[in-house]
Amino acid sequence: MKLGDLSLAQLRQRLADNDLALRTGPFVTRIQSPMLQVAEGLLRLYAEFPLDTGEFRDFHVRVGPPSGLRRWLRPQINFWYDDHSPFKPLPANHAFALLEWGLNWCVAGHAHHYLMLHAAVLEKNGRAVVLPGDPGAGKSTLTAALMLSGWRLLSDEITLVDRDDGLLVGLARPVSLKNASIDIIQRAFPDAVIGAPAYDTHKGTVAHLKPSADSVARVGEKARPAWVVFPRWREGSTARLSPHSRADALLHTASHAFNYSLLGGLGFELNAALMDACTCHDFEYSNLDDALRVFAELAA
Amino acid sequence: MNPARACQPLVEVLRHPGHMATLDLAAWDVLLRQAGAAGLLSRLAIQADSLGLTANLPAAVRPHLTAARTVAMKQRQAVRWEVRRVAQALAGIEGPVLLLKGAAYAIADLPPAAGRLFGDIDILVPRAQLGQVEAALQLAGWHTEKQNDYDQRYYRRWMHELPPMTHIRRGTVLDVHHNLLPETARIQTHAGPILAAAQALADPPGLSIPANTDLVLHSACHLFHEGEWGHGLRDLVDLDSLLRSCGLEPTFWPSLLARAHTLNLGRPLYYALDCCQRWLNTPIPANIIANCPQRPPSWQRAVMRGLFDAGLASAHRSCHKRLAGLAALILYIRGHYLRMPWRLLLPHLLHQARRREAEQG
Repeated sequence: MKLGDLSLAQLRQRLADNDLALRTGPFVTRIQSPMLQVAEGLLRLYAEFPLDTGEFRDFHVRVGPPSGLRRWLRPQINFWYDDHSPFKPLPANHAFALLEWGLNWCVAGHAHHYLMLHAAVLEKNGRAVVLPGDPGAGKSTLTAALMLSGWRLLSDEITLVDRDDGLLVGLARPVSLKNASIDIIQRAFPDAVIGAPAYDTHKGTVAHLKPSADSVARVGEKARPAWVVFPRWREGSTARLSPHSRADALLHTASHAFNYSLLGGLGFELNAALMDACTCHDFEYSNLDDALRVFAELAA
Repeated sequence: MNPARACQPLVEVLRHPGHMATLDLAAWDVLLRQAGAAGLLSRLAIQADSLGLTANLPAAVRPHLTAARTVAMKQRQAVRWEVRRVAQALAGIEGPVLLLKGAAYAIADLPPAAGRLFGDIDILVPRAQLGQVEAALQLAGWHTEKQNDYDQRYYRRWMHELPPMTHIRRGTVLDVHHNLLPETARIQTHAGPILAAAQALADPPGLSIPANTDLVLHSACHLFHEGEWGHGLRDLVDLDSLLRSCGLEPTFWPSLLARAHTLNLGRPLYYALDCCQRWLNTPIPANIIANCPQRPPSWQRAVMRGLFDAGLASAHRSCHKRLAGLAALILYIRGHYLRMPWRLLLPHLLHQARRREAEQG
């Protein structure tokens, strides 16, 4: 059964009853929430995802109002991982964004059976591109555009490297778009399904883009890494790839990873093998169409 | 509360790690959360490995154990590395420098270290050396950070330790003790015999660990004098693990009682043995609990059992019982009450409450 087979009313009931287990790639998360915004966001962005009926869930999460008097003064929302709330409460209208951040936190904080790099990852014709990117470098915009042009999305935030075979494992969860890129993507891809924006978050305005049906359907297929590309959006630049040293790519991804040092020697081995399997590039762009053309040539 | 029924399946698995082989997925779903919240998942992962169970556990469960084992291995490596830095910093200090709790278990490879998670590093030094130790640690990069005058006075005048010292680059935290309990505590103990009986380590040189009996007594005194029980079950597992290994030597038990008498720590030892036996089936010779010095009167034993059981059950929501919140509050107040007399405690709690208020704005 897919999440989209439920009506909004049924979904709300199951979220309220703590009876909704969502499978995203290798993880099953049970979600509890009384919030309409959470139900609406899930229905809009996760409709193609399978529901899990098993008795084992990897993560148990809840998004709801914190207890206490404050909720009557200024509605707030918090995220719980089982008993534990790792974040400070947010304004209630950030409920869905908080769920997304919480789900990222669940993976990044616990899935140490993978090497987890802070990078987007997509696949085309059996080869995957890893996009590490500093905040503001245009990583999410590029990821969204590539996915909407036929690349298969594995993840926009966390690259999971399987410790047994070095292949990349997908989540296919929605892409987090920030500020200007929300409009840029909506204008360039009028059919793109984007959730309700959350304004004035610590990242500015945030809205999530629905993953392509192909990305969700094939989330179980691991991908072979082929390229590491460091994107950088620069006004007026011509889209072009230039070589980036493998050694630097190794150090950069290691220092931005979620658990590189936690894995010790294994983290180094996995990351080095990843770089060995890839050619590494810098990529400057200002225009999405040009950027997509360069990537189409790369994957050809 | 009957500990045999509380916190299942976690308590059953802590008693008999082999029980992990029999659990179905629904039980694992609860166990992983209980063990994760209690800080015991990596210990279970290591035990499953050493019993050869891991390969036959459900496929959905194994990644969680792999991840937990990875965290524990990293922490073990990190704590050992950090302890070496402490040893270097204190190389010129005269008199024993003792590692306590987790750091001692990790460096001496004692049974509680298997899969244990580590927080701060605790050391114990003679009070006379405290100034030199602090100066040497500051030179090596550890500093007491953003403590106001009140905190500094609180620690230096009343407590058994310096304010926590944080390393400026690594962010690691070191607690430097000169006694096991605060100067103002209701139970007065003294660190002299513990320092005198310490066993010097060959590696790293210059550091020591307490004798077996003193490791147990310190762990007991730490757990049963604390006001916060979030890691209570983890600490009880430490005690169980120490008692199971040290207790194999027949002379251990009488010397433990004698030592408790010397150090004036019979009361926390009694509570530790009672809870270990009831919660974790720790094998303790029949007469040892009955002969524990300073054993509390029976009405007090019953009341305290109720409180400690609630504290230990606070590890996870699925273990909570009625009145858990009240029990937690009483334990919190008791923890403070044991630290200092009312004439010091009331102004202190008032100050802390005001500060919390100010911070929440």
